[in-house]
Amino acid sequence: MIEAIAQQPILAALIALVGLGILFGALLGFAAEKFKVEGDPIVEQIDELLPQTQCGQCGFPGCRPYAESIASGDAINKCPPGGQATINSIANLLDVPAPELDAEHGEEADLRTVAYIREDECIGCTKCIQACPVDAILGAAKLMHTVIANECTGCDLCVEPCPVDCIDMLPVQETIKEWHWPAPPTTADLIASDRSPSAIGGPQL
Amino acid sequence: MAFKQISSPHAHASQNTAKVMQLVLWATIPGLIALTIHFGWGSLINVVLATVTAVIAEAFIIKLRGRPVAFYLKDYSAVLTAVLLGLALPPLAPWWVVVVGTLFSIVIAKQLYGGLGYNPFNPAMVGYVVLLISFPIQMTTWVTPLALLPDGISHPGLIESVQIVFGGLNPTDGVTGATPLDSFKYADGLLVDQIYAQNPLFSQATIAGVGWEWVNIGFLIGGLILLASRIFTWHGPVAMLAAIALMSILFWDGGSSDSPGSPLMHLFSGATMMGAFFIMTDPVSSAVSNRGRLIYGALIGVLVYIIRAWGTYPDAVAFAVLLANFAAPFIDNYTLPRTYGHTDRRRATEKEED
Amino acid sequence: MKTWVTPGGVHPPENKHQSLTMPIATLPLPEKLLIPLSQHIGTPAVPCVEVGKKVLKGQKIAEANGPLSVPMHAPTSGIISAIEHRPIAHSSGMLAPCIEITSDGRDKWKKHDGFEDVENATPAALVKAIGEAGIAGMGGAGFPSAIKLSPGYQRPIHTLIVNATECEPYITADDSAIRERAAEIIEGIGILSHILGNPSNIMIGIEDNKPEAIAALEPHVVDTGISVVSFPTKYPSGGEKQLIYILTGKEIPSGDLPADIGMVCVNIGTTYAVKRAIVDGEPLISRVTTMTGDACGINRNYETLIGTSVSHMLANSEFNQDGCSRLVMGGPMMGFSLTSADVPIVKTTNCILAPSYEEIPEDDPAQPCIRCGMCAEACPVSLLPQQLFWYSQADDHERLEAHNLFDCIECGACSYVCPSNIPLVQHYRHSKGEIQKARAEKVRSDHARERFEFHQQRIEQAEKDKEAKRAARREAAEQAKAKAAASPDKSASTAGGGAADIIAAAQARAAAKKVSPEQQQAKFERSIAGAEMRLQMAEEKLADAGEGQTDEQNNILTAAVEGARQKLEQAKGRLAEHIKQHNGEQVD
Repeated sequence: MIEAIAQQPILAALIALVGLGILFGALLGFAAEKFKVEGDPIVEQIDELLPQTQCGQCGFPGCRPYAESIASGDAINKCPPGGQATINSIANLLDVPAPELDAEHGEEADLRTVAYIREDECIGCTKCIQACPVDAILGAAKLMHTVIANECTGCDLCVEPCPVDCIDMLPVQETIKEWHWPAPPTTADLIASDRSPSAIGGPQL
Repeated sequence: MAFKQISSPHAHASQNTAKVMQLVLWATIPGLIALTIHFGWGSLINVVLATVTAVIAEAFIIKLRGRPVAFYLKDYSAVLTAVLLGLALPPLAPWWVVVVGTLFSIVIAKQLYGGLGYNPFNPAMVGYVVLLISFPIQMTTWVTPLALLPDGISHPGLIESVQIVFGGLNPTDGVTGATPLDSFKYADGLLVDQIYAQNPLFSQATIAGVGWEWVNIGFLIGGLILLASRIFTWHGPVAMLAAIALMSILFWDGGSSDSPGSPLMHLFSGATMMGAFFIMTDPVSSAVSNRGRLIYGALIGVLVYIIRAWGTYPDAVAFAVLLANFAAPFIDNYTLPRTYGHTDRRRATEKEED
Repeated sequence: MKTWVTPGGVHPPENKHQSLTMPIATLPLPEKLLIPLSQHIGTPAVPCVEVGKKVLKGQKIAEANGPLSVPMHAPTSGIISAIEHRPIAHSSGMLAPCIEITSDGRDKWKKHDGFEDVENATPAALVKAIGEAGIAGMGGAGFPSAIKLSPGYQRPIHTLIVNATECEPYITADDSAIRERAAEIIEGIGILSHILGNPSNIMIGIEDNKPEAIAALEPHVVDTGISVVSFPTKYPSGGEKQLIYILTGKEIPSGDLPADIGMVCVNIGTTYAVKRAIVDGEPLISRVTTMTGDACGINRNYETLIGTSVSHMLANSEFNQDGCSRLVMGGPMMGFSLTSADVPIVKTTNCILAPSYEEIPEDDPAQPCIRCGMCAEACPVSLLPQQLFWYSQADDHERLEAHNLFDCIECGACSYVCPSNIPLVQHYRHSKGEIQKARAEKVRSDHARERFEFHQQRIEQAEKDKEAKRAARREAAEQAKAKAAASPDKSASTAGGGAADIIAAAQARAAAKKVSPEQQQAKFERSIAGAEMRLQMAEEKLADAGEGQTDEQNNILTAAVEGARQKLEQAKGRLAEHIKQHNGEQVD
């Protein structure tokens, strides 16, 4: 038998290859079972990285649905509130190249904003309350409404439904405690701009 | 009253990168003098030619990259790379060897990786290895040391040397020959004592090869000056030299015909001292912590010895340094120092402390 | 006495002699004093006076807000002339709430008494008095002293360390205070020791470059159990963690406090303030501040009232602005640059440095990092600054934390030695800020997620409830129908007629609701007009606000204008779309 195989090089090669295939397949299968990683499901991990503004700018009704969609292969660059930082970390998680933010869904804002209701104009229609995804607006029918600034994610979903346009999105001012040093300018920028190094990096009063 | 917003610290030590590079350049002078005395004008011509090529190439690439040319040229790093390569190349090598090597060092090994500070490999050694592999004949033709020149023949003068380098003029017979490491490697079947007795390179030498021992002592002196002025720490060079010494003692075997050579020969011949104080101390491509540099240096020492003893090349500093460059990030990962207030050293890849 | 040696460190030129030629002086009383409500780590104090109120020197003008806070006191007698946001000494150059006092020139103290019998006073009462005196660590960080001195029963204190290191170049505030006030300082240490239950080990740590101060202390510590320990001068030996290691050889575990290993470390200036508070009953309203640097003709130490503006100090020190390269509060290694001299001296201000261009020139542009490792050699906490720099540039927050970025004490030794002039500390500060911001955002987003999920759940529940109600109604209707079927003749006609009525009514409502395109267009035009009006109003408001407003208010108004403008654009857009659509319909 062995001799017969040895005399048939093609058969020998075939048997060897098939044999190796079966062996490694079994090994891989065993390893997959044995060393199975019980981690967070990927949707959870993506959802962790999304900014949770629940703004729907991505086209999904909230961050989690978008996370689910990413997990099943959707583009990762549809989240303007998260901006490039979020895209980078999702790309890092999924081990894919990080694309630029898709401008179709909006632009990355420099400052965080919160909704502010001009209270003397509010007619108490409760439409914004229904629109708010995080229940951050307080009020009742025919009574003035107000935004709990700390709970507001700045999604601006309440702006559109307001029949009297009394909701403004105001930028949140940085407090002195939140302030931190900007990154120093790069040398190439410095020399190109021909300014003294210390003049950049901060306001010159 | 308005003042500028500047982050602390406001005071700075007077040291700067250009000064460091300049000091290293000055420190190569004892070695260069020894080379010139024992091997003629060739090394000096190499150094000048490489420097000119390097500066032009560097300026050109920086311009292409749209960076301020003068600012980057003033750090002297291109000059240093060129000088080190020029010193490593055989004296009287044809001009195109020097130019090709320098261009490769500056353009490919340095600037294409992002310029100073970003190159993972020692640029001078990349250039050297490319030349060694591409032009083995030119790269293994060394000049005979002054003391061993046949009667009536001397090293070519400056003008003649220039003609040899640029005009393709052939040097007089007897002016070129093998290096001690070369002769030792290919003297098969002889006891070490016999090699030493027969070969004038060894028989007329004090410790490790005529001329070569002085070149190594020259670089040792330059290196000690740098060490004293705290340009680098002792960890790398000492580890490398100790590793070479240790390996050559371990495998010395009393001088049989299989012996790879004595510790003195390995320490004071070839590019050992230059490698230990000028090549492997290049901070950009080496390991970063002191412990890391101990390992990095020892790795180079061991590799140098292994390639010299059992490889096909007689000298191996360039290969050893490049191989260790590969290992540097890996070494770094496992040699983070213990930070104040932490119980244990941490590996850089671990996100949480144990 | 045995001392230990910290890793790293640098030896910058000391430059301490300039300000030590003359004894501590007092400045002429400034016309106005500005007291920021936050001069310490923790929550800002809350004003307890109104504008226009007369106050006496030492009178409390702001209450501590919670335990991690200290009260503020009037540094002189006068009238509260403003309580508002003003520029304070902060790297950002931003505004912070302050109380301004216009001096009446009499500098009249309120009635004050110290403890009569300190030795028999309870530690709790003494700690309370220290808290009431508004004392916060005077070495630089400004940690409320009362908290430091009440570490809790679980953490008995065996070592009290008094930090007289003053390792920063130029600064001599502690040095000169020790020379002139050694007896009072030792008295203060005695009080602290009493509060902490007489720790077995009390040490004053001082660098060996202050022989006069050591000589001044020595006669006073005889038979007190206090030892004066001098050690070789090296920057930064004066960091709390560094000093503890130098004196005891022990490290504070990362993230812990000295009290966790049974130690308390206070600045020597604080001990003097404690003595004043307990023995004399005087709150912390002044401190020793060094005025130095070649841009000033007079270099010396001043007993400065808290709230004195830096410009007042400069004006009395022959300041030459043209020759001044930068203005630094603190020393040249860790001090921060001031963007304006019209900021007040606070409880933590130990030095004002006005160097000439020769002393501290402008920074050269940064060259590439060559990984020379000099920074790692200099780092007192054994970090790898060059690696941190790479990761900081790449915003690699995970790696930064893995490389213990948050153990960096920002001493500046790495930047000091860097041959490539890289502003390493600024990179680290930036990254620390970014990481903290990301952490805060994470907390916020987790919270938002929770609320969103709750919201979803609530909506679902409401939907379910509605469904259930509808089902119940349907059932009731069917039952009624069944009943009606039982007695068909009468109810059938009424039911049919009723249904027809309902349908007719609904159609009428729908017709009424349907608006003609013209009406729709008119509505849009109205909304544009409205938006225009609001924009105009907002702009007027902003214009009216003018300069009297703070930046914050101005920003709100500007944002309102911007918002109104956007609304207008939107309204116009809607109208345009409507017209387009409508025209399209007509063409069809």
